[in-house]
Amino acid sequence: MKDFLTDAALPFCKGCGHNHVAVNTEKALQLLGYDPLNVVLVTDIGCHGIIDKSFLTHTVHGLHGRSVALATGISAALNDPGKKVIVFIGDGGATIGMQHLIDAAHNGFNMTVVIHNNMLYGMTGGQPSEFTPSGFKTPTLPEGGTKTGYDICKIISAVDGVSYVSRLEGISDFSEPLAEAFSRKGFSLVEVMEICPSYGVKSNPGMKLSNVVENAGLSIKKFVDKETEVYKTGIKKDLQPLFSESDAIVTLFPTKLEKPVRLMLCGSAGEGVQAAAEFLLKAGMTSGLNGIKKGSYPVTVGVGFSAAEVILSSEEILYTGSPNPDILCVTSADGLEYARKTLSGMKGGKLFIDSSLQVPETKAEIISFPFRERGGAKNSSIYGIFYLLMKTGMFPMEALLGVFNENKIAKKFDVDKMFQLLNEPWAEGMSDKKMTVSK
Amino acid sequence: MEMKQIEKRLIMDGSELIVESLARSGADVFIGYPITPANLIYSYSHERFPSFFAAPDEISTLQWMCGFSASGKFPVTASSFPGFALMLESVNMAYMMELPMLIILVQRLGPATGTATCGAQGDLALLNGMISGGFSLPVISISSMKDCWELPNKAMKMAIDLRTPVVLLTSKEEIMTLAGFSISQLPEINLIKRNYYSGSETFVPYQTDDSLVPEFLPVGNTYHQVRFTASTHDKKGIIQNTSKEAIDNTKRLEYKHRQNLEHHLYYEYDRQSGADTLIISYGITASAAREAARLLRADGKKISLLIPKTLLPVSPAYFEIMNGYEKVVIAEENLSGQYRNILFGECGNKNVVGVNGIAEMITPSRIIDEIINI
Ligand SMILES: Cc1ncc(C[n+]2csc(CCOP(=O)(O)OP(=O)(O)O)c2C)c(N)n1
Ligand code: SF4
Repeated sequence: MKDFLTDAALPFCKGCGHNHVAVNTEKALQLLGYDPLNVVLVTDIGCHGIIDKSFLTHTVHGLHGRSVALATGISAALNDPGKKVIVFIGDGGATIGMQHLIDAAHNGFNMTVVIHNNMLYGMTGGQPSEFTPSGFKTPTLPEGGTKTGYDICKIISAVDGVSYVSRLEGISDFSEPLAEAFSRKGFSLVEVMEICPSYGVKSNPGMKLSNVVENAGLSIKKFVDKETEVYKTGIKKDLQPLFSESDAIVTLFPTKLEKPVRLMLCGSAGEGVQAAAEFLLKAGMTSGLNGIKKGSYPVTVGVGFSAAEVILSSEEILYTGSPNPDILCVTSADGLEYARKTLSGMKGGKLFIDSSLQVPETKAEIISFPFRERGGAKNSSIYGIFYLLMKTGMFPMEALLGVFNENKIAKKFDVDKMFQLLNEPWAEGMSDKKMTVSK
Repeated sequence: MEMKQIEKRLIMDGSELIVESLARSGADVFIGYPITPANLIYSYSHERFPSFFAAPDEISTLQWMCGFSASGKFPVTASSFPGFALMLESVNMAYMMELPMLIILVQRLGPATGTATCGAQGDLALLNGMISGGFSLPVISISSMKDCWELPNKAMKMAIDLRTPVVLLTSKEEIMTLAGFSISQLPEINLIKRNYYSGSETFVPYQTDDSLVPEFLPVGNTYHQVRFTASTHDKKGIIQNTSKEAIDNTKRLEYKHRQNLEHHLYYEYDRQSGADTLIISYGITASAAREAARLLRADGKKISLLIPKTLLPVSPAYFEIMNGYEKVVIAEENLSGQYRNILFGECGNKNVVGVNGIAEMITPSRIIDEIINI
């Protein structure tokens, strides 16, 4: 029979329940005929955790409460039901790391978790855990627990995906039930009820483990015993690169800009601001320009403002900020609110603004147009970019049309009608009127 | 009229380059919990990595990564301050266990939840002090689209070569901005090969040669017992109180980074002879610094520019460069000048000034003003 424990004395206080778990774990693994190198023991922080030095298996000794999550990674990485991953954790670790237990159980990660429940934090001096039963005293809870402690077996049994759950008293030989848990593929859990002589017995003189367990209403039994699916880690083959040269953008309308143009589009969510900005970027590139585009929006992307910055340049763009845009296009009230700071800082440039909006104080040249009325709210940004391109002639209109027509938005969009509406001469007059109104 | 296409220009963002680079480098698994502005990395990784895990929180993320790393796989995650803060203890664990992994930290405006959709460079001071005891956590900073391609590979190589978690530091603007970008000149990204211990003698997990980096074997192998320990431990990986062997082992964690730093030192130094002023910047603000240098030079002013990429540990090479200048201007998007503080302390240096701010990108003109005022 293979040894799983070194010959050195176990590192626990005399009479500590953790001793029994170590010895019975060795026995259970022997019963199952495991090779120590096919076993990975993951230990938590707590008295129980310092056992790793005594084991001849692979050992991983991590953080307080996190052993189950650490074992999850190991189990998913090994991806081999022939390997045995065992977790040793205390009631303290199970309290602080409960999420990991539920998650591992839920997903059926292949491991056996052995909870060493001595009903208190041994290592730090016997403070109560969430497992401390009603009436059970500890050095910092001399009046005794007032609530029922967690019933971890009930909690984990309620999680779909669990293969095996049992609670036992950690006295005499419990290697067989432990071996039963170890033999499961998938997630299994054993709660071993224990006594900490140093703090538990001292605070509850004359206590008997079985009485405490009974008074706590904790049943010693098997809660779950069923076949489940073992978690299998997916490993994809034949992955495709995220991009390829075949997506390269062709320069069709070589254009030179004397200096970089920084544009900012400000509108409302759902009104095509980001798409419009991307059309500008792509059209600029088909015109041989360099470009960048970035978006700004609140975390709730479906409501509120939506803003985008585009820079187009014949030179390499080093700086990607646009504190003072050359062109600002505002198509909604949300957009105007967002643009206020930028507007007040503009020392020149052009402001394209929907005629429904009150034009704010600005040094920019104001060009107002009823984008919303003509295009409808949803298309106001698209109308905006075509209009501003008409007025600025940064690059050929064909470039923008070409890019736009390739896009799915174009299918439900009447471009001819847009040009008709954009070209209406009274629009110019309107903008002048607005200007006088605001000043 | 069709122009000759010399360059293959695509519209892409930095996240895409980072993920593709890591996939080609041989990263095995992405484990993540969503957070703006790191979500693009999350979704590209879902598409591109051999394995992908949606963890239930960031502590789980880092713990799962440690499990994968201990088993010989290379894990990657991406997060932002609120999530990264939860990883802190586990990153210390990975550091102590000497588990290679890559954490992409995409900075956003804090404190706390701050503004998720606003960029920032506010986490460097945290990174500098986050390994308890005064140890260096390697931090590599991205400062261009090209870096998004090359540096993930180098950071991953560093993590593997030095057996350590490495932070790849970036920010919202750098990895979410779409840019027309030419991929014709991109260097090949090579698969990073891993070497395992192949000796026949008993494997001693934390024994090292002159490199100060222990050889690696994954848990679950059937040749040698492997131990990983996050508590103070001896060469065998067995918990110790403060025995000499164990404390020497702990100190080695710092020495290995210092000793091997030169092999993982990345920076751009754009020196103009005759310049008496040096601009230093990194990350997103490097773009403003580059533009400031260009404008100053166009105006006939002599100026040099240093863009450190290996931010931590701080290389003595940076001080050697700075020594050649009368004035140094350090620009970064945080309130108090975190890198400047790391380099010169609270007391500072009279020849060194900072250009700092939050909630908007530092502008080239602010850097220029600072230089012209000097
Ligand atoms: C994050 C964190 N918080 C607190 C501690 C301090 N600590 C160490 S062990 C422990 C409790 C141990 O109790 P338990 O898990 O029940 O194990 P036992 O000592 O009883 O075997 C605590 C709170 C820690 N190590 N890490
Ligand atoms: S303090 Fe209690 S739990 Fe810890 S080893 Fe001693 S008896 Fe066991």
